[in-house]
Amino acid sequence: MSIRGVELGLRGLGKAIANRTILHDINLEIKPGEFIAIIGKSGCGKTTLLRLIAGLTEPTIGQVALDNSPLAGLNPAARVMFQDARLLPWKRVWENVALGLPNLNPEHALQALHQVGLADRAYDWPLGLSGGERQRLALARAIANTPSLLLLDEPFGALDALTRIEMQQLVEQLWRAQGFTAILVTHDVEEAIALADRVLLIQNQHIALNLPIHLPRSRQRGSAEFAAIKEQLLGAIFGAGYPLTSRVVGA
Amino acid sequence: MALAIEQPTTAPRSAKKRLQLRQLGQRWLPWLVPIVLIGVWQLAATIGWLSARVLPAPSTILQTTWELLLHQNLLGDIAVSTRRALLGLAIGGSLGFIFGLLNGTFPTSERLFDSTFQMIRNIPHLALLPLVILWFGIGETSRLFLVAFGVFFPLYLNTYHGVRSIDPNLREMGIVYGLSKWGLFRHIIFPGALPSILVGLRFALGVMWLTLIVAESLASNAGIGHLTMNAREFMQTDVLVMGIVIYALLGKLADTIARLIERRSLRWRVGA
Ligand SMILES: Nc1ncnc2c1ncn2[C@@H]1O[C@H](COP(=O)(O)OP(=O)(O)O)[C@@H](O)[C@H]1O
Ligand SMILES: [Mg+2]
Repeated sequence: MSIRGVELGLRGLGKAIANRTILHDINLEIKPGEFIAIIGKSGCGKTTLLRLIAGLTEPTIGQVALDNSPLAGLNPAARVMFQDARLLPWKRVWENVALGLPNLNPEHALQALHQVGLADRAYDWPLGLSGGERQRLALARAIANTPSLLLLDEPFGALDALTRIEMQQLVEQLWRAQGFTAILVTHDVEEAIALADRVLLIQNQHIALNLPIHLPRSRQRGSAEFAAIKEQLLGAIFGAGYPLTSRVVGA
Repeated sequence: MALAIEQPTTAPRSAKKRLQLRQLGQRWLPWLVPIVLIGVWQLAATIGWLSARVLPAPSTILQTTWELLLHQNLLGDIAVSTRRALLGLAIGGSLGFIFGLLNGTFPTSERLFDSTFQMIRNIPHLALLPLVILWFGIGETSRLFLVAFGVFFPLYLNTYHGVRSIDPNLREMGIVYGLSKWGLFRHIIFPGALPSILVGLRFALGVMWLTLIVAESLASNAGIGHLTMNAREFMQTDVLVMGIVIYALLGKLADTIARLIERRSLRWRVGA
């Protein structure tokens, strides 16, 4: 695996929107090629953090450092994959991929489509694609230009369970092949454990937990270690009250 | 079902034939009433119920058209009218398009212009006719001004609306994927607004012909309006009716072309 991911530093990062603190004093060093998962309750600021890293919004305080130089404006290394695929319905599948490529290069676009298994739909219109295919296309667009940082904002949240697992494997496979740094926001704890080198939990405006996952890849979701980590994370999210239902079920 | 079992070969075939007949009927049914009407009209004119002064027979009108085509410059008149219409459309339409883009994109521009346009929009533009004649006299400028004024608003409003209704998430995606300002316009804003712009264009085409008819029949030295004006003076009802039909055909042609453009450029909507 050739590591050509970007190194990322979040230094005393804070963001307030309309005088309300969303994120406060976020400090984190991310190694090149590392796979980070961010979890946390809805509205805790996960998307905001991703937007800060993408350079789509300015921090109120602190800075984002790219390979140790501070980021100003849009992050040139980053590609973002959003929860809604954000495809252009008036462009054919391959043209959607070519959008982020220099000179809209069709050959590169086809190659990226091939990597996500969508090459046979290259000349179709996006409106004819299924939900899973749409996200495949969005992924192809994101990796087409071989980015050194891939930001994923709950990209599989709307997919059915089987398609989601397929997509997770695809992302992992592409990450291993291309070696980009990946930051995945998810509300699916299992997804985080299955994919990430480190899982971050955002709570009360800061990183409440920073948990390295040492399980070997590809990870078996049924294993005892996997289940233990899941319990640990859920416990951290819900505090002393957890577990409630699982105890009743297990009794 | 029972029938199909008894006559497995003939039943489906005759059913198919019946279906074809019905489809043919569906297709031609809308033409039935117009054809009957024209037939009745021809008959009434031939047996003298209709005086030629009131309404000449369809055959007479066709004949007149043929003669005008051969011996007078009918095609030239059609060309003059078409040119006027298109020139007015080009001027007013492109201004409407440009202001629609500007006001849809830049809040300052919108603040500055939009409420003014919304106020002026309420003026029925044909009511300006006397004033326009006072300003520019009875001439080409007046006619072009009126047409341009009339087509400005449908294009302005629909372009503006089209640009405003583009999903801001798509715009953000374009920015993240490194599109330049021009790239954003070319790949996202313009194609996103296009369906609405084309609706505006079709409205504008209707306004264009209507305005031209009024403006031409006031005073012209060439064009369909000129032809019909003369015809009125010399009580040539056949030429008058022909002029009306030509206006109708030109309007229909413009609308058909606009619909073809629409169908071609919005193919993505069917998802096929
Ligand atoms: N543009 C905005 N204006 C006002 N509030 C916002 C804006 N963007 C985000 N917020 C608020 O910031 C908080 C965090 O949002 P977000 O980062 O989207 O959360 P998450 O992705 O974790 O669900 C939410 O309470 C949300 O309402
Ligand atoms: Mg979010």
